[in-house]
Amino acid sequence: MAIAQSRPLLAIGKYAALLGYLTFALFPLYWLLKIAITPDQLIFTEGTQLWPSSLTLDNFRTVLFQTDFLAYFGNSLYVSLGTAAATTLIAAGAGYAFSRFDFGGKRIIIAVMLITQMFPLLMIIAPIYKIVASLGMLNSLTSLIVVYTAFNIPFATFLMQSFFDGIPKDLEEAAMMDGCSRFQALRKVIFPLTLPGLGATLGFVFTAAWSELLFALMLISKNEAMTFPVGLLTFVSKFSVDWGQMMAAGVLALIPSCLFFIFIQRYLVQGLTSGAVKG
Amino acid sequence: MARIELKDVVKRYGSVEVLRDIDLDIEDGEFIVLVGPSGCGKSTLLRMIAGLEPITSGDFLIDGERMNDVRPRDRDIAMVFQSYALYPHMDVARNMGFSMEIRKDPSNERTSRVKQAAETLGLTSLTERLPKALSGGQRQRVAMGRAIIRDPRAFLFDEPLSNLDASLRVEMRLEIARLHQKLGATMIYVTHDQVEALTLADRIVVLNGGDIQQVGSPLDLYERPANKFVAQFIGSPTMNIIPVQGKSNGVKLADGALLELPHLFGTIDAVELGIRPEHIDVVEVGDLVGVADVVEHLGSDTNLYLQVEGLGPLMVREHGNIPVQPGDRVGLRIQSENVHLFGPDGNALRCHTNEAAA
Repeated sequence: MAIAQSRPLLAIGKYAALLGYLTFALFPLYWLLKIAITPDQLIFTEGTQLWPSSLTLDNFRTVLFQTDFLAYFGNSLYVSLGTAAATTLIAAGAGYAFSRFDFGGKRIIIAVMLITQMFPLLMIIAPIYKIVASLGMLNSLTSLIVVYTAFNIPFATFLMQSFFDGIPKDLEEAAMMDGCSRFQALRKVIFPLTLPGLGATLGFVFTAAWSELLFALMLISKNEAMTFPVGLLTFVSKFSVDWGQMMAAGVLALIPSCLFFIFIQRYLVQGLTSGAVKG
Repeated sequence: MARIELKDVVKRYGSVEVLRDIDLDIEDGEFIVLVGPSGCGKSTLLRMIAGLEPITSGDFLIDGERMNDVRPRDRDIAMVFQSYALYPHMDVARNMGFSMEIRKDPSNERTSRVKQAAETLGLTSLTERLPKALSGGQRQRVAMGRAIIRDPRAFLFDEPLSNLDASLRVEMRLEIARLHQKLGATMIYVTHDQVEALTLADRIVVLNGGDIQQVGSPLDLYERPANKFVAQFIGSPTMNIIPVQGKSNGVKLADGALLELPHLFGTIDAVELGIRPEHIDVVEVGDLVGVADVVEHLGSDTNLYLQVEGLGPLMVREHGNIPVQPGDRVGLRIQSENVHLFGPDGNALRCHTNEAAA
């Protein structure tokens, strides 16, 4: 605060920069909402106005009750939650092992995991399609969960590893001196301190799976198994794009992500481990 | 309460030997301090006793029972970590009672033990706080409370005071000494601070480069260091080491003067002479003449950093306040009864007649 008081110009500059960034980042979201509540006949006539002259919730009503949107939504929720849970569980275990143990082949495994992240998805989409097809798992939501989980594990593992690295080893050793087995130390001491890391990983994987289009498009063709991003494309027909309904669906799709982050944000609060060691 | 024995204990990381042939017999109720420069293996040794680090070879016994492969939780040893390692999500009371919680002791017993420990350590008003709301000294106390709560067979301390400021360190040192008197438990304490070692220990183990240099009482180490390393490591300010030439009746200093040591024999083998700063007197006419370089007036003592012609730098500590200014020439007399002589291998020559007889 002392700095802000002595240099008001600098403070104003900082806030101006922040405001500029926020506007830049949030404007598309605003536009999404604006088009969603603009009556169809005004979308093109009032195209660039910041606020439409009349408002409607018709688009939302149509999306919710006259399309398969709710089914897509449910499918996406199932796939995203499944992926987030499976990935986080595996990544937490792997991250803990990378952080705490030395074992043969550790460096090779880490290198291989990094390599998997190097290829553009387009390169491997055909082989993946072949594999899934020959397993007879096309048009199944489970296949999406498996594929998403496999793709997210490396990054999620590195994320979890860095969280475990941030928890002092002394804490586990102290717990073991206090009579814990390694697993008890993990459950009673390390796990509660990893909640922010688990929250961050869950959130990251959930969002990634929620908005994934490419694999869903390739592996799902039946209407009843479509996830939300694929379903969104059904608003694009041969002759027109139903902008209003598409945007309304987009707004609705933001809700789970927002709820999810509101739910986990208290675990993301930093400084939970402060006070553990030194001062 | 426990007697702890280490027999030919070795620790290797791959091909690197960090501890060699450690033989140590720790009596029940003894306060042992492991001291040495950083990297000497003292913390590793402590962690091996705790069970946090496997022992490569040799035997580790508690009360005659081999403990090499026993898990830390079954060794019944408490440890205070350098970082305190308090559980950040538990309040002070739960931190202290955690070991009893794990052992599923009855909760009323746990509550009363925690209360008792909190009283002992002056933490009664803080039991509901989280570690992050405590000062460094308070955290240190909680860490000690966690150790004493369950009445273990032995206590291990890994540089517990190194994160505290100077005045708090003295206070906590006293507290640990009191704790030892009160509990009478076997304690093993690692530090690199020789003042902590000298004030707390029944016996000090000096380690360097993975070897035990000497084991003995604080006075033993101060008065009869086994070698040059111990001589220079124990005692503050550091002992002066002067190259000499051994003669049959004493030693010849580099400036040609002969220091007669008629009460010693075997002086012929000496290549270096050690003399503590407090064992050199400032006199009118002495064996040596030095020019004061820096003078530190500490009130109770005066430290003189001198340049002695033909010998090099020498440090002298005089009791009280003496009126010497930088640049002054002063006469010096070496107290011949407090001279230490070292052979070519750096080991102390045992040339006192009474030592030879013993």
